[in-house]
Amino acid sequence: MISKDIPSVASNPRRLAPRVVPRLPKIPWNRLMEVTGYLAALLIVWEAAVGFFSIPSYLLPPPSSVALALNEGIQSGVYLYNLTITMTEVIVGFGIGALLGLLLGIGIATVAAIERVLYPYVIAIQTVPKVAIAPLMIVWFGFGLQSKIIIVAMASMFPVLVNTIAGLKAADEDRISLVRALCGSGIDVLRFVQIPSALPYIFAGLNTALVLAVISAIVGEFVGARHGIGVLIMQANVSLDVAGVFALLVVLALSGVCLTMILRAVERRICFWSGRSTR
Amino acid sequence: MTLVEHQRTSRAQTLDVKDIGLVYHTSSGEVEALRDVNFSVGKGEFVSIVGPSGCGKSSLLKLILGLARPTMGELAISGARILGPSKNVGCVFQSPVLLRWRTIRDNVLLPLDVMKLERASAIRRVEALLRLVGLGGFEDKYPFELSGGMQQRAAIVRSLVHDPHLLMMDEPFAALDAMTREQMAIELQRLWMESGKTLVFITHSISEAILLSDRIIVMSARPGRIVAVFENTAPRPRSFADLGSPTLNELSLDIRQSLDRACAL
Repeated sequence: MISKDIPSVASNPRRLAPRVVPRLPKIPWNRLMEVTGYLAALLIVWEAAVGFFSIPSYLLPPPSSVALALNEGIQSGVYLYNLTITMTEVIVGFGIGALLGLLLGIGIATVAAIERVLYPYVIAIQTVPKVAIAPLMIVWFGFGLQSKIIIVAMASMFPVLVNTIAGLKAADEDRISLVRALCGSGIDVLRFVQIPSALPYIFAGLNTALVLAVISAIVGEFVGARHGIGVLIMQANVSLDVAGVFALLVVLALSGVCLTMILRAVERRICFWSGRSTR
Repeated sequence: MTLVEHQRTSRAQTLDVKDIGLVYHTSSGEVEALRDVNFSVGKGEFVSIVGPSGCGKSSLLKLILGLARPTMGELAISGARILGPSKNVGCVFQSPVLLRWRTIRDNVLLPLDVMKLERASAIRRVEALLRLVGLGGFEDKYPFELSGGMQQRAAIVRSLVHDPHLLMMDEPFAALDAMTREQMAIELQRLWMESGKTLVFITHSISEAILLSDRIIVMSARPGRIVAVFENTAPRPRSFADLGSPTLNELSLDIRQSLDRACAL
């Protein structure tokens, strides 16, 4: 293998070693068709059952009414306006929470003093449902975006924080020794080994945080807000517009799926090496 | 950060290990890992250290890499006392310890990145080294795309990138299959002969030690001590077939006997 007479490899390395470009997986059309088929069947059964058993529409509306409500909400622009507000709360709050979780996690995992002072609080607060502080945040920060962003940030910070700490501490000892033996400082160890190897952990935390972010934005809006999908749900509920509630849940579910898919795509792009065995 | 104190001795060897003792404090009391370890390695010399498990080879490696401090005695590289990690030492571990998120080129250049040195100055040498170990054309691959043997070759190139005075290898072929292992030993001999580096090679394999070394140090376990040192002046390049020659066969027997005695201690 070592012999020097392999000029073809030496002179044209590009051709033999195409760069690995982590790419998105192909859309599985067959699977998608299957899922759509089952969904259509479910909706038909649902529609028929509501008619057959004459279930009142304030208990369970037929899919056709939900579709009508959805159409009206979209046509009038009401959904878009309120969704923009809710998504702003989710994305900004998630961004702030994730960043804080990351920085605090790095601090706790690397500086013993920070760990000693802060870690007990992290453990204590972790068990408290963050949405429980929503009423307090409304009192402190009002009915606007600010209070919801803070609630979302609080909720999304903890999974990122906890996973960052776990990921940084799980970094391989040998790789740390390697950087140390090369005269690397603590910052170098963090930069070259700990943070990259913690990325799969951090993304797992981000995935959890994203779900919590949507939940807490809606709960925040339930507790006190002027606009947002949560407000619309409350309004529809109070006026017994159950079809409207269902339509809003569909909007919420689709938005959540979109956000998760974006996050997964980013994860695949950054952590393409994760799960591949290397000694 | 190189914490190297300059203490030029009259005749500086590349590596000086003087009266080293190392005691660990563990929850179950004190463990003596090394006792009265003395040896030096001259420039361009290939020295192997063999011994049973627990003979303190890994502790010795940590001391030489500057990752731990001895309880007694002192160590020096090219006459400069070891007080911390040094840029003059390169190391290959049992496993390749490549970074999964870096390409082979970026992995091999890691020492320069950590030491904040210009990559440009070394890029040509790196490419020559990669070609020398048969990794030409694999620069842009990721570690998981390479076999175990190829990964370890990349690790060997990485240890040479910053042009250290001393190269430490800790059972570098332990994780490889028998065939690849022999092939790698032959390649290492060639690499060493071409580069002229000073090399300390820790191994469990007597045949590898004899094939590669100018000198073989046999250590005993708990505490780790040097029990014998063997010279090997057989001409190079050597092959595994040469190990059947009467001189090398006898050397192998001598090493085996002193290892047996070391284990019985």
